[in-house]
Amino acid sequence: MSGQEVALAVSVFLACAVEAVEALTIVLAVGTTRSWRSALTGSAAAVLALAVTTAILGPRVASLPLDTLRLVVGGLLLVFGLQWLRKAILRGAGLMAQHDEEESFREETAAARAAGSPHEGLDGYSFTIAFKGVLLEGLEVVFIALTFGANQHRVGLAAAAAAAAVLLVTAIGIAIHAPLARAPENAMKFGVGVMLTSFGIFWGAEGAGAHWPGGDAALLVIVPTVLAFSLALVQLFRVSPADGQTARA
Amino acid sequence: MRGVRGAILGVWEFVVGDDWATAVGVVAALALTALISEGGAAWFVTPIAVAILLTASIWREARKRGRS
Repeated sequence: MSGQEVALAVSVFLACAVEAVEALTIVLAVGTTRSWRSALTGSAAAVLALAVTTAILGPRVASLPLDTLRLVVGGLLLVFGLQWLRKAILRGAGLMAQHDEEESFREETAAARAAGSPHEGLDGYSFTIAFKGVLLEGLEVVFIALTFGANQHRVGLAAAAAAAAVLLVTAIGIAIHAPLARAPENAMKFGVGVMLTSFGIFWGAEGAGAHWPGGDAALLVIVPTVLAFSLALVQLFRVSPADGQTARA
Repeated sequence: MRGVRGAILGVWEFVVGDDWATAVGVVAALALTALISEGGAAWFVTPIAVAILLTASIWREARKRGRS
């Protein structure tokens, strides 16, 4: 496996694990509060919708000419990655609240209880919330897996990394029957933001016609540079909790 | 019609989020890279643009939160 392929697998795995942890919290909240059957049916329907989306988009994205693919996908990845990285830096600097799965679980559980008694049979609330949660979190995974995979013609590897992350998070979720509050989610998000931005810079510039000194090896400089720059921004904009500026995500 | 508009807004929100200025900056940086690469080395444009865009975005957000 080449360095780029390892980076692809690690990035997709981390991104997918983060999204799976968030989706698990939503499904657990409605499942434990209202109806497991409906929550799991909603999740399964969302997974099916995501699989259909991937099956439709995957071959179309992969069939684009490489330069066009790198420009368009690199640009999209860069915009998308900067969004992740910006939020991660704001969280690291204390300008945005850290993502807290236990807090999310409490909020989702309270909302599920406030929605009244669950219906007999298929509970619409549980189905809809689980479907929406898994679909929205999953769309980010599909986007990352497709863009990374198509650019390296390794959609299969990206899909395998995504599936491994979902299986791992699901297995841990079933085992502990609680949100994965101890997963280092914010650090993982920071790492994913750095990887998405780095690959976006590399592919976007290459797709626009630039040639990187050292070719693919330039990534070995880009990734640590983006990481160091991001950490420097965290330090530069850091506020103390006493400032009272920390806001909800 | 409302469905199409909703879909476009959904994609915009998904990819661009609440910081459209950064997205515009990325497009401009890639266009400049394409322009410069016609005549010589252009690899440095995107990393410099990203550094500026990211710093500006964090600075805007910090200022906004500082005021609130």
